[in-house]
Amino acid sequence: MALNVLRQTVKVKNLLFKTISFRYASGVQPLGQPELNKKEIDITFVKANGSRIKTKGKIGDSLLDVVVNNNIDLEGFGACEGTLTCSTCHLIFPKEIFDILPSKASDEELDMLDLAYELSDTSRLGCQIILTENLDGLEVTVPATINDARS
Amino acid sequence: MFKAVKTQLSYVKRALSNICIVGAGPAGFYAAQHLAKKVQETQIDIIEKLPVPFGLVRYGVAPDHPEVKNVINTFTKTAQLPNVNFYGNIELGKDVSLQELRQFYNIVLLTYGADKNRSLNIPGEHLTNVIPARQIVGWYNGLPENKNLKINLDVETAAIIGQGNVAVDVARILLTPIEELQKTDITHFSLERISQSKLKKVYLIGRRGPLQAAYTIKELREMLKLKDCVTVWRTKDFDNIGNDIIEKLPRPKKRIAELMLKSVKEQENLEQAKVFSPVFFRSPVNILGENCVNQLELAVNVLKGEDISSQASSMTEEKELIDCELVISSIGYKSHSVDLSLPFDDKKGIIQNTKGKVDVGLYTSGWLGTGPVGVILTTMSNAFGVAENIIEDIPKDNLFNTEKPGFSGLNAILKEKNIQIVDWTGWEKIDKYEIAQGEKTGKPREKVVDIKVMLEIAFS
Repeated sequence: MALNVLRQTVKVKNLLFKTISFRYASGVQPLGQPELNKKEIDITFVKANGSRIKTKGKIGDSLLDVVVNNNIDLEGFGACEGTLTCSTCHLIFPKEIFDILPSKASDEELDMLDLAYELSDTSRLGCQIILTENLDGLEVTVPATINDARS
Repeated sequence: MFKAVKTQLSYVKRALSNICIVGAGPAGFYAAQHLAKKVQETQIDIIEKLPVPFGLVRYGVAPDHPEVKNVINTFTKTAQLPNVNFYGNIELGKDVSLQELRQFYNIVLLTYGADKNRSLNIPGEHLTNVIPARQIVGWYNGLPENKNLKINLDVETAAIIGQGNVAVDVARILLTPIEELQKTDITHFSLERISQSKLKKVYLIGRRGPLQAAYTIKELREMLKLKDCVTVWRTKDFDNIGNDIIEKLPRPKKRIAELMLKSVKEQENLEQAKVFSPVFFRSPVNILGENCVNQLELAVNVLKGEDISSQASSMTEEKELIDCELVISSIGYKSHSVDLSLPFDDKKGIIQNTKGKVDVGLYTSGWLGTGPVGVILTTMSNAFGVAENIIEDIPKDNLFNTEKPGFSGLNAILKEKNIQIVDWTGWEKIDKYEIAQGEKTGKPREKVVDIKVMLEIAFS
C-alpha cells in the first residue's frame, strides 16, 4: 500500500515539474527497478480437491504471472495467456479480500467470467489481479476445471 | 530425489502401452496433455486427417480473434513432449479403419469433432448464394475444402439464419472495415472478395427471443462497438422484457439482457453506416428466387412455456418477407460416423457415450461426444474429464494388459497404401513458411490452403 502511494506521488510530481524533472531523476530511478520489485508476498492457492499450494508472488505481477513463473500445477490455467478471451484463470476470493482488490472488474472481464464454471459473487480472473503489498498472505480458491464429462 | 530417478527411468524404459487420439483439435490436445501428465510409460499418438494440427483453433476461431489462438502455445508444448507424437495426413475411415486402429492401440480416443452442418430443410435451400456459415468460416480461415467457395458479395443485404457465435462471427467478418481485416491471418482471396463487397445490411435471425439468443456477451459487445456499423434492433422484440423479468435472471443472462436493452434505447440509424440487425421470433420457411436468392420468407413465432431458458418457439400463421440476396445458414454443426460399428446418434449428430466411454478401450471427447456447443473452456473441461475417466478405467478394464504394436502397426499399413505422414517437424516447416508468406503483406500468417502444397513443404 505504502509503495503504491509513493509511486503515485512520484507520478504526480513528474507531471507537475515536467520541465525540471531532471531534479527528480535520481528519486524516480529506483521505482520499477529490480531492487524494489524484489519484494514478494505469500500466496496460497486452494485447489478444488482441498490441496493447498503455497507460493510467493512479486508485487506488480498478476496472479496469472505467479502461476506461470512458479510452475504451479493448475491444469489449463491461463489458456489465452492473459488476453481476456477465456475464463480459465478464474479464481474465487474471500469476501473481505475481494472488496479491497486494487481494481474492479471491467465489463470485458465480467463478460468472460459469465462463461466460467462455479461463478460466484467474489469471482475474478487471475490475469487481472495485480499484486499489492496488502494482499500478503492471500488465500484464493481455484475452481475445478474438470466438470461432468457429459457437458 | 527418489522421484527424480523414477521419472528418468520412465523415459528410458520403452513405452509399453499405446494410446491413439484421432483429431488434433482442442479436445485431442487437451486430452493428450492430461494423459501425458498422469499416465506413465505410455506412448500417445495424435493422428489428424489434415497435414496440419489445431482443428477449429486454426480453422474455426475468427481471424480477428488472434488472442483466442494463444492456446496453440500450450498444444505445441504437449506435442513436443517425449511420449507424444503428432501424425498428420491420416484419415480414419479411409486410410485406416477403426478396427485396425483398435488392434494397434490399447486405447483409442475419438476427437474428430463436428465437421458437417445442419441443413435448413426448407424449399429454396439449393438456390445460388444460399451458403452454410461453416463453409464461409472455412473459406476465410483457409480450410482446404472451402478454398474455392462460390459466394457473391456484390449484394446489399444478407440474412444469417441462426444466432450463435458462429453466426455473429460471420456477420462481423462481413461487416468489419477492410483495413482491420488486413492485419489478420484471413486468407488473401477472401480478403480480396470482402474488400469489393457491397454489403450494407446483415440480418441475424433467431426463432426465439432476445433472452434465449445463443450468442455470448463478448461477441455481442464487439458488434455494438464495431467501426462504421450500427446495430439496429426491432424495439417490439423487447416489449415483454421488463425489469421484473430481468431482475430474476442469473447474472450472465441478466448482464447480456441489460446490454441489449441499453443498446435498444440508444440506437440510432446512421445513414452512411452499415447495419447489423438482429431479428427475433422468426423461423425461415421458404427461400425465394429464380436462380439466385432474392427473398426470404419467415414465419412469425410465439414463445410457449413458463421457464424463460427453456421456452420453445411455436409458429403462427403470420408471415414476413425480407429482401436479401445472400442467405447464410448457421443453425449448428454435427458430426459424422467414421465406422458402422460406432453407436452413432444421427439426430444429435454425436457418438453415444457415457462420460466419454463408447466401448472397452474406445472413447470420445469434444464436440463428437457432446455436440457442438460451448467455448474452448467447455471442451477443455470435457477433455480433462474424459481423460480422467480413461485413467480410472485402465486398471478396471485391464486396458494395458495386452501388448500392442502402436504406431509401428499403423505405419506398416500406411506404407503399403503410400500415405505420406506429416510429423511435427513437417508441421513446423509449414508453420514457418506460412509466417514468412504473411510477412510479405504485413499479416501474421498466410495459410497454405492446398493440401498438395502443404505436403511439398513438409517433405522439402
